[in-house]
Amino acid sequence: MIGEGTHSTNQRRHNYVRENVEVGFFTDPTVCIGCKACEVACKEWNQVPDDGFIWSGNSYDNTGHLGASTWRHVLFLEQDRQKGNQIVSSHSLGNGGGEDPFRWVFLSDVCKHCEEAGCLEACPTGSIVRTETGTVFVQDDVCNGCGYCIVSCPFGVIDRRPQPLADAGGAFKCTFCYDRQKSGLVPACAKVCPTESIVFGRLDDLRAQGQQRVHQLREAGYTDAQLYDPTETSVRGIHAFFLILGEPEAYGLPPKPQVPTIYLKSAWTAAFATAIASIIATLVAFAFSS
Amino acid sequence: MDAAASEKRLEQLREKAWQEGVVPGRGVDVTGGPIPRKPGYYGEPVVKPPVWTWEVPLYFFFGGIAGMSAVIALAAVLFHHVDLARAAMWLAAITGTILSPTLLIMDLGRPHLFLNMLRVFKHRSPMSMGAWILTAFGTCAVPGLIALELHAHQIFPGTLNQLLSFAAGILIFGAAIFGTLLATYTGVLIGATAIPVWFLHRTLLPIHFGTAGLGSAAALLELLGHRIPALNFIGYYAAAVETALLIWLSVAKHGAADRAIHEHGSGWLVRIGEVFNGPLALLLRFFGFIPWAAISFLAGALVSRIGWIGVGKVSGADPEAVFASQR
Repeated sequence: MIGEGTHSTNQRRHNYVRENVEVGFFTDPTVCIGCKACEVACKEWNQVPDDGFIWSGNSYDNTGHLGASTWRHVLFLEQDRQKGNQIVSSHSLGNGGGEDPFRWVFLSDVCKHCEEAGCLEACPTGSIVRTETGTVFVQDDVCNGCGYCIVSCPFGVIDRRPQPLADAGGAFKCTFCYDRQKSGLVPACAKVCPTESIVFGRLDDLRAQGQQRVHQLREAGYTDAQLYDPTETSVRGIHAFFLILGEPEAYGLPPKPQVPTIYLKSAWTAAFATAIASIIATLVAFAFSS
Repeated sequence: MDAAASEKRLEQLREKAWQEGVVPGRGVDVTGGPIPRKPGYYGEPVVKPPVWTWEVPLYFFFGGIAGMSAVIALAAVLFHHVDLARAAMWLAAITGTILSPTLLIMDLGRPHLFLNMLRVFKHRSPMSMGAWILTAFGTCAVPGLIALELHAHQIFPGTLNQLLSFAAGILIFGAAIFGTLLATYTGVLIGATAIPVWFLHRTLLPIHFGTAGLGSAAALLELLGHRIPALNFIGYYAAAVETALLIWLSVAKHGAADRAIHEHGSGWLVRIGEVFNGPLALLLRFFGFIPWAAISFLAGALVSRIGWIGVGKVSGADPEAVFASQR
C-alpha cells in the first residue's frame, strides 16, 4: 500500500513460491503517471527484444498492444469525460464555449494469469504450466510454436515471436517474473513502479485492497470506478486484475471473456455426429449400389 | 516548409479533425480532435488473430481427404471392391502420413521440436487430440495398406494370407474410425477458440470439414478412374449437406460478431467455396458431368478452408466483433 515505504509488499522479500501462496497484480490507473518504467524494467530484466519503433499517433502510446515482445503495455486513454471531481474548462476551440470535459487515463496492461487459462488448456506440448503461486508460465524450451495458445487467449496476450528476433518461433508472454519470485524478489514491473500503481502481493489481500480502493474513489467522485476481474464468466477471475474508470471496452478489455474450452462440448458433438453420419452414408452408398 | 505554411497546415489538420473526429494517416490520428472514435482502444485487436499460414488450410484439406478415404476403403473392403479399397488406402496413406504431418511440421514456429506434440495427452486441447488422432491414424493406415497389398498380391500362401486379410480388415477399421475424427476434429480445433467468427460457428465447422473431407475423398477417387455408383452416391450426399450448410451460413447471421463472413474478401472465399462444393457440385452431378462435379467439389473444399482461416484473421483483428460476440 502507498505510504508503507520499504514495508510495502512491492519492496519486501517474500516466500510465496515455497509457501504456495496465490499471488497477483493489482493495477490502479488513478495513480499511474504513464512513465512506462514497468515496460522498461520488464524488458531489461527478462531481456525481451524490441517490438518495433513505430510512431502510432495514439496519444503517448507507441507500444500498441501486448505481444511476444511486449509483456507490459501502458495504455493512454483520451476520453471526453470527467475524471472524478475534475474541473471542466469552458474555453475550448470551436465548441461555442460549452463544457468540454477531457481526461487522460493511464493503465499498465499485462497478462491476466487467468484462473481458467485458455492458453494453458490449449497447449498441446504441456509447455504452459501453472506455477506454485497460481500464475501461468510458458516453458520456452518445451514450446514448439504451434500457435494454438494465441487463438485460445480471450485477452489477446500471448503471441509467437517472429524471425529474426532472439528465441524466435516460440510463444511468449509475461512470466510474472517467476525467476525473481523463486528468489523471493518482487516482479520487476511492480518493483520499479514509482507510484505503486502496480501492486504485487497475496491475491486475497489485493482483492480486498482493490474493493477498498474502488469504494474510496467512488466517495471521492469517481462514479465510474470499478474492478475489472471477470469472476462471473468461465475465466473465473484473473490474477492480474485492474481498477478501471468507465467500460472495459475502451481499454481493449473484453467485457465478458470466456475460456474457449466451454465451446468444446458442442463442437465435439458436431464432430462425432458428422463422423457417424459419414460412416453410415458411405456404408449405405455401397450397400445400395452393390 | 516555412513557418507560416506549416502553421496553416496545422490549422487545416485541426479543422479536419474537428469536423471528422479522426484525421487519417500515421501520426496525425488525434491531432486537434483529441477523442479517438475508433472502437475499443484505438481500434487495436482485443484477441490475437491466428498466426497460421497457407500450410494449415492445406492440411485441413488433405487431412479431410486422408481420414475419409479410409472410411471409403473400409466400405470397399466390406463390399468386395478390392481395387477401390487399395486406391483409397494409398490415398489415405499418402495424404495422411506424408502430406499432413509435413504441412503441420512446416507450420510450427520451431519445427525441430515437433515431437513435443506427443509429450502429453490433453483431452481438453483439440490440438493435442489432433496430434494423437493423426498418429493413431498413421499407425493404422500404413500397416493396413501394407497388409492389404500383400493380401491382394497373394504373396504368402494359405493361412498366412488369410491372417493378412484379417489384419488388413482390423487395421482399415481402425484407420476409418480415427479417419472420421481426423477429418472432423479440425472444425473443433478452430471452433473452440477465442476468435468470434470461429466459435460462433463451432457446430457448423466440424460438419463442414468432415463432409467436405468425405466428398473430396470420393471426388478424388472418381477422378482417379473409380467411376462406381457408390462414389456417385457419396458425391450427392456430400454436396447436399454442403448446400444445407450454405443455407445455414446465410440464414444464421450474428451481426457484427461474424461480419467477417458476410463483408470481407475471405468471407467471399468461404461462400464461393460453399457454392462450388454445394449447389454447383450437386447440379453438375445431376446433369451427369461427374468429373466436373468432382473438380468443383474439390475446388470448393480447398477454397472454403482457405477462406475459413482468412475470416479468422479478419475477425480476430476486429475489436467490434469480439465485443459484439460478448454482448
